Amino acid sequence: MLKGRHLIDPMDFSVEEIDSILNLADKIVENPEKYAHACDGKLMATLFYEPSTRTRFSFEAAMLRLGGKIIGFSEPNSSSVAKGESVADTIRTISCYADIAVMRHPKEGAPKIASLYSQIPVINAGDGGHQHPTQTLTDLLTIRSVKKTLSNLTIGLCGDLKFGRTVHSLIKSMSRYENNKFVLISPKELKVPDYIRKEVLEKKNIDFIEVERIEEVIDTLDILYVTRVQRERFFNEEDYIRLKDSYILDMKKMKMAKDDMIVMHPLPRVNEIAYEVDSDPRAYYFKQAKYGMFVRMALIMKLLGVDEIC
Amino acid sequence: MLTINSIKKGIVIDHIKAGCGIKIFNYLGLDRADFRVALIMNVESQKLGRKDIIKIENVIDIDYTVLGLIDPNITIDIIEDEKIKEKIKLKLPEKVVDVIKCKNPRCITSIEKYIPNVFYLVDEVKGEYRCEYCDEVHTLEEAEV
Repeated sequence: MLKGRHLIDPMDFSVEEIDSILNLADKIVENPEKYAHACDGKLMATLFYEPSTRTRFSFEAAMLRLGGKIIGFSEPNSSSVAKGESVADTIRTISCYADIAVMRHPKEGAPKIASLYSQIPVINAGDGGHQHPTQTLTDLLTIRSVKKTLSNLTIGLCGDLKFGRTVHSLIKSMSRYENNKFVLISPKELKVPDYIRKEVLEKKNIDFIEVERIEEVIDTLDILYVTRVQRERFFNEEDYIRLKDSYILDMKKMKMAKDDMIVMHPLPRVNEIAYEVDSDPRAYYFKQAKYGMFVRMALIMKLLGVDEIC
Repeated sequence: MLTINSIKKGIVIDHIKAGCGIKIFNYLGLDRADFRVALIMNVESQKLGRKDIIKIENVIDIDYTVLGLIDPNITIDIIEDEKIKEKIKLKLPEKVVDVIKCKNPRCITSIEKYIPNVFYLVDEVKGEYRCEYCDEVHTLEEAEV
């Protein structure tokens, strides 16, 4: 039962609960009109403490397509946060007005704090370089829709694996399904953090390798998940400039990959995937964005407990 | 040679890393004690080379958890009738609240100070703890007890 629950970390839900969200998302993909009034009379608060047009639009589109309404802010300067209000007080107040809250925050753990003080379900829409569980749901729905399974896959993760929160969430989630292997492709400065290596991969005895070049491993992959090297995650400009162009996927590299490998990316892309790759049938990153909206529709319905009505 | 008499009833905190005795002395509030207390520093030790010892001639409630965080090698002897009645070996606690602080500058606890600092033990041998909010793993030296 997901009604009234929070989603802060991708591990908050069991595999069965995740599957139930993905199953509902499948049904929405097949017949979205059927769910056009599932959230009539419901209000969602979007609390965005840092700009994120894409994720916010995805959540707002999801709620509007379910017949619900939206309140919120898209940057903290236009809210009481600018006056120094704490996350705890903000969520306690919002709990009085809305039925569900979506929070993005530059500080890691902020949505967790919100969930501890909230009377309504809180969804983490990204907290610093930490977790981004709805991106993970998006990724899982995309993979399952294309590969028809979430097991027995070799998943290559490429780019910024240190600060890339989508990568951390995806590793945690995919490690719960059987016999998945991870190929971690990054410069040594941007390797996955220790807590992912120790507490997830090594603890669960999961097969993984760390390499520095895409070309070494691309022919072994079922999925290549490319991430952007984000300027805002670096403390100094020099490191950013030195590393931002390290990993660019182009058709020359794509020719070395399997015919049924899929390329995924959480978007926005800067230059890490060349535009020439877009027309390759293995490029799934824009379809992935659409799956993102559908899976957020399913999640909102589940947390509000309106899925049984439909 | 400095001599400190044995105590009749109380607690001996032994094998404290040399220099850490004063930290424990202060943490336990022994500077305000109205009973006999001895802090002995830089005592010769076979195991440690040098060590600190605290002798408390009273039965007081001690949060052993925190002592374990300061130095898990500390031993505690409960004394009755000038004899050791019980030896307590410290170990690192699974969960600690408001004892260590997260050093990750991106953690929400760095700006919102009302939040309790909660950590979970990751690696007992290395003394590593994970912040509940940002998941950053710290050694005890980094996290500042």
